[in-house]
Amino acid sequence: MSEHVLLGDEAVGLGALHAGASFAYGYPGTPSTEIIEYMQHVLAHNPAELFQGSAEPLPRASWCSNEKTAYEAAIGASAVNRRVLVTMKHVGLNVAADPFMNSTLMNIQGGVVLAVGDDPGMHSSQNEQDSRYFADFAKMPCLEPHDQQEAYEMTREAFDLSERFHVPVLLKLVTRLSHSRAVVRPRAPRARNPMLKFSGRDDFMVLPATSRKNYAAHLGVMVELERESVASAYNPLVLADEGADIATRRSRPFAVITTGLGRNYYEENASDLGFVPDHLHIGMYPLPMDTIRRLAEGASRVICIEEGYPYVERLLKGIVPQELVVSGKLDGTVQASGELDPDNVRAALGLSPLKSGAVAVPFSLPGRPPQLCQGCPHADTFIALKEALSPYPESLVTSDIGCYSLGFLPPHQVIETALCMGASITMGRGAAESGMHPVVAVLGDSTFMHSGLTGLTDVVSAKLSITVIILDNYTTGMTGGQDTIVASPGIRAAVLGLGVEPEHCVEIVPLAKNREQNVAIIAGELAYRGVSVVIAKRECIQTLKRRNAKQGAVS
Amino acid sequence: MKYDIILGGVGGQGILSVAAVIAQAAMASGLEVRQSEVHGMAQRGGAVQAHLRLADGPIHGDLIGLGRADMILSMEPLEALRYVDYLKPEGLVVSAEEPYNNIVDYPDEAMVLGAVAALPHGIIVQTKQLAREAGNPTAANMVLVGAASKYLPIELPRIRDAVKARLASKGEAVVEMNLKALELGRGEK
Repeated sequence: MSEHVLLGDEAVGLGALHAGASFAYGYPGTPSTEIIEYMQHVLAHNPAELFQGSAEPLPRASWCSNEKTAYEAAIGASAVNRRVLVTMKHVGLNVAADPFMNSTLMNIQGGVVLAVGDDPGMHSSQNEQDSRYFADFAKMPCLEPHDQQEAYEMTREAFDLSERFHVPVLLKLVTRLSHSRAVVRPRAPRARNPMLKFSGRDDFMVLPATSRKNYAAHLGVMVELERESVASAYNPLVLADEGADIATRRSRPFAVITTGLGRNYYEENASDLGFVPDHLHIGMYPLPMDTIRRLAEGASRVICIEEGYPYVERLLKGIVPQELVVSGKLDGTVQASGELDPDNVRAALGLSPLKSGAVAVPFSLPGRPPQLCQGCPHADTFIALKEALSPYPESLVTSDIGCYSLGFLPPHQVIETALCMGASITMGRGAAESGMHPVVAVLGDSTFMHSGLTGLTDVVSAKLSITVIILDNYTTGMTGGQDTIVASPGIRAAVLGLGVEPEHCVEIVPLAKNREQNVAIIAGELAYRGVSVVIAKRECIQTLKRRNAKQGAVS
Repeated sequence: MKYDIILGGVGGQGILSVAAVIAQAAMASGLEVRQSEVHGMAQRGGAVQAHLRLADGPIHGDLIGLGRADMILSMEPLEALRYVDYLKPEGLVVSAEEPYNNIVDYPDEAMVLGAVAALPHGIIVQTKQLAREAGNPTAANMVLVGAASKYLPIELPRIRDAVKARLASKGEAVVEMNLKALELGRGEK
C-alpha cells in the first residue's frame, strides 16, 4: 500500500480501519480529536479502495454525548463480536472511568481498543494525568507508541491482543505524537468481524457472583500478559556489550529506561554521551519485570526518562535503601512537570546545552496567550453578562470547559471557575444553596449535552436560584467544530423537559447590536428567584467562515 | 543532511500551510520529514509554533532542541524573536515584516523589526505588500515560503508542485496567485 503522511492521531485511525474495526466512538478532546475526524474523512472519500470485496457494511466513526456513553457503546459492540475503537482525551477517561474499570471483567469478544490522548505540558488541558496509571488501576494492558509508524502498528496489534486475552487494550498517546506528522507505511487491511453474540452466560455481567469469578480469572490473564510483555518487540533491551560481565557493566555511569517520546529525545542526544548505556525502552505494559531485572543487575544507576508521570521510576525505587540508584523525576534528574524535549532530556543525561547562535533580544518579549476569535459570539454574551451583573456588589459566575474558558482572561474576566465538564451548574448549586446570589453558570451547548443535563436536574429538583447560560454556537468549538449531538431545538426541549419553567427558558442572539436588549433579559433572569436558563444562540465564527468558504468555492 | 526549521506566528496566520507545503515538497524530493503542530485552545489567536525537520536519514523526534535550528521562519516579527534560542550559530531568521498586534503590551514596532534585522542572519520579507502584488492578500504565507525557498535543501519545482497540490481544489486562479506570491517572495520575477 502507498505511503501516507499522517498525524499520530491519523495513524491510529487508519490502523483501526485496517485492523477491521467496525466502529469508532468518541468525544472530541485535544489531542485525540483527529482520530475520529480522520476516520470520517477516509470513510467519506475512498472507502471502496480500502474495503473492496467485503460483504460487511462499511465501518462508522461517530461522536457521542460523552466519553462514558462512547465507552459503553464500544463494549456493546464487542459483545456481539465487532472490533471497535474508542477515543478520548486523558481527562475524558475520568468521565468514562465507571465502565472502563469494570470492562476488564468483561469477556471481551470483538477487540476493544481505547485510544487516550494525554497532554503533558497542558497545551490544551486542565491537568497532565498519565493514563498508564488508569491502565494499571483497571489491570488492562497498555501500548504506548513513540512514533507515527508505531502508532499505526500498535493500534492493529492492540486489537489482536484484545481478542487473544479477552480484555480491552489502552493505547496511550501524547499531544506531541498525536499532532506530529510523519510518513506511515500501512499494511493490507484485515477483514471486519461478523456479528456474533457472546456465548458465555457470565461474559458481560457484573453481579458480585460473576465478578468474583471473572476477577480471579483476570488476575491469571495479567500474569500471561506480563510474559507477553517480556517477549514483546515493543520492549527492546539493548545491552551495550552482550558479553560484558556484571562488574564491567556496573562500571558504566548509568543505564537508561525510556518510555514514550522519552526514547526519541534520548536517541537525539545519545551520540554526545561518550559511552553507550544499556537501554530498555518500554512500549508495552504490564511492565516487563524480568527484562527490567536484566537491565538493573548490570547497572549502578538507572535514569528513567518517561513522558508523563514517573510511573516506572516509582515502581523501581521502592521505599528501602538499595544498591541501585534510580534517577528521574522523583530525584530531580528529569524535569518533573511539563513535556519532555530534546533539551531537558539532554540536561537529565548530564550533557551541557548546545550553543545558540542568537544574540540576546534587547527587550523582554510579551506573552501572547490564546484569546477568543474576532467576532466570537461568546464575547458578546460575556459583555452583556458583565453589564447585567454590575449592579450586584457580589456574584459568582461558574463556568466550564470550552473556548469560553478564555472568558477568565482579559479583556472579559467574567467567569470565575472551571473544574471539569458540566461542573458549572453543579458548583453553582452548592454556592446558591449556601446563600450566594446571583449565581450564574456558563457552559457551551456541547458541554451541556455532555454533562450538564444531570446537574440541571439537580438544581431544578432542589428549587434553587441560579441562572444557567448555555452558549449555543451549534458546534463543539474548541476542538475545531465537530457537530454537536443535539441541535438547538433539542437543547431547549431538554431544558423544558427537565422542569425549567418555559417563561424562564429564554433565548438571546449575542450580537453587539442586541447588547441593551440582552443585558435586560439577563438582568431579568438574575433577579428571578428560581432556575432560569438563557440560551445564547449564534453560530461559531470559525464554522461560519468555513461554511461560507465552502459555498463560495462551489459557486 | 539535516535541516531543522522552527515556524512561528499567531494562530490563524497560516503557518500550518507553510509547514505543509515545505513538508510536501521535501517528501517529493525523497527526504524524511517530521512536522509537529499545535491544535486546540493553544491556537486561538495566541502564539503558535511548529517544528519541521527534514533529513536524508532517520529523524529521531518531532521536536527541535535549542541551538539546533537551521532556520526560524515566522509570519510575524515578534514571534520570530520568541524562538531565537533555537538557532544554530549559523542559523537564519526569515520573518514577515508586518506586526500582528492583538495584545495590549506589544512593543514598539520599529524596535521589534530592528531586533530582527540585528540578528546575525536576519531577513525581513514584505509579505503583505508582495501578496497584494500577487493579487491575493491571503497569500502572504506563500510569499514567506518563497523567501525561505532560496535557503531550503529543496528544488523550487518541488515547492511549486506542493503549492499546486495543496490548493488544487480552490481553482486555477487561486493556484496562480499563490504561485505568483511564491515567486515574488523568492525575489525572482
